Amino acid sequence: MIFDWAVVQYAAPLLAHGVVMTLQVSSVAAVLGLVIGLAAGLGSLSNSLLLRGIIRFYVEFIRGTPLLIQIFLVFFALPVVGVRLPEFWAGVVALALNAGAYIAEVVRGTVGSIEKGQSEAALSIGMTRRGALLWVLLPQAWRPMLPALTNDLITLTKNSSLLSVISVYELTRAGQAIIATHFAPFEIFLLLALYYWALISALAWVSRRIEAALPSW
Amino acid sequence: MVTPVLVEARGITKRFGPRTVLEDVDLDVHEGETVVIIGASGSGKTTFLRCLNRLETPETGQVRIADVTLGRRSDGRPADERELSQQRRLFGFVFQRFNLFPHLTAMQNVALGPRRVLGVRRAEAEARAVHELTRLGLAEHVGKRPGQLSGGQQQRVAIARALAMDPRVILFDEPTSALDPELVQEVLDAMRALAGEGMTMVVVTHEMRFARSVAHRAVFMADGRIVEQGVPNDLFGAPRDERLRRFLRHLEPHHDR
Repeated sequence: MIFDWAVVQYAAPLLAHGVVMTLQVSSVAAVLGLVIGLAAGLGSLSNSLLLRGIIRFYVEFIRGTPLLIQIFLVFFALPVVGVRLPEFWAGVVALALNAGAYIAEVVRGTVGSIEKGQSEAALSIGMTRRGALLWVLLPQAWRPMLPALTNDLITLTKNSSLLSVISVYELTRAGQAIIATHFAPFEIFLLLALYYWALISALAWVSRRIEAALPSW
Repeated sequence: MVTPVLVEARGITKRFGPRTVLEDVDLDVHEGETVVIIGASGSGKTTFLRCLNRLETPETGQVRIADVTLGRRSDGRPADERELSQQRRLFGFVFQRFNLFPHLTAMQNVALGPRRVLGVRRAEAEARAVHELTRLGLAEHVGKRPGQLSGGQQQRVAIARALAMDPRVILFDEPTSALDPELVQEVLDAMRALAGEGMTMVVVTHEMRFARSVAHRAVFMADGRIVEQGVPNDLFGAPRDERLRRFLRHLEPHHDR
């Protein structure tokens, strides 16, 4: 097999468009996923049985089903109930709901593992459980949470490749289009892998910088 | 004491699983009084203190402070969590292991309650925190995190944190037991000063000299009950209960300060 450098040279700049879309869809989904995950994680530490039950169901459903199915559900099933999202936003919603469930477990685990004396001290100055979560436990959890959060955001970014199935023109989809016309799957998939790798490395670098900048005690 | 009763605990019973740790405990604490609770480990004294401000919920019995019954609204119905947390604010609590918030400076530790619970503006809350910390001799440490402070300084920050909420009574749970010996005195001195200012205090402690010189009353607990109580010098000088005699014999040679 001959490695076709010409196709690589041709594809590399074309794929840059896909990178931009991957970055857009992933970053919007990441922000939304963090918000969902944070809310669900703190909610599962609340006193409300109903709220905890709903969150439990959400987390179990997401973890128990493939992301590909979730993407199809958001894209094809939601229109049935009258919610028609364009591909981009269907992709964002699916990725965010998926990541949110995993992030919720990270938040629950980390915040819940802060020493019991901390929440007792918060209660002793008249805080409610919610106040203690918000003002005492959560601020102490950011740093220990970061490595696991980074993992979830890396997974989210890579998972965005699955959005190619609903025609979001992200990196993988862009690559597939080139393969369809130039029949060079090895070169293009290798190129895609390198692009993703570079993206994820950048993300991991940012995470390490944030971790170093967070105060320790 | 001749002042009115401020805290009234009646029939407090607490079980952990099959084990009864408190059985039908009654205690009155008068306004401005310092009560010391002594007893061997496992006697239930810490659990009793935690039942007073509802860090533990007793199975039966009730605690009244001023005209408030903990866990009840004024119409007698059960209080919800928000109301209970407001009632709990009437008590300050000082923990054996300080339990300061490690991510916050001394000033932020003290200001957090006023800011987030009382809704005081930031500048005002911080001014109040500096005032309380200064009162406890910590003026030059306001900007330090707990990890940068000695145990004695940390415990004084914890006292300032309790004071900043303007409680009616402060509960101390073995406040010097986690301290190196040379740091005990600064905390006891701070507590002595508080008692002198008329603060109502309930102190679980093994510091017998503090009990003799500061407390108005000493209470001896054993097996989840109050066995004997009285003026400290009488109680320690002429103990009647055999368990108290044994307890004092074990304690005095090592711990008397």
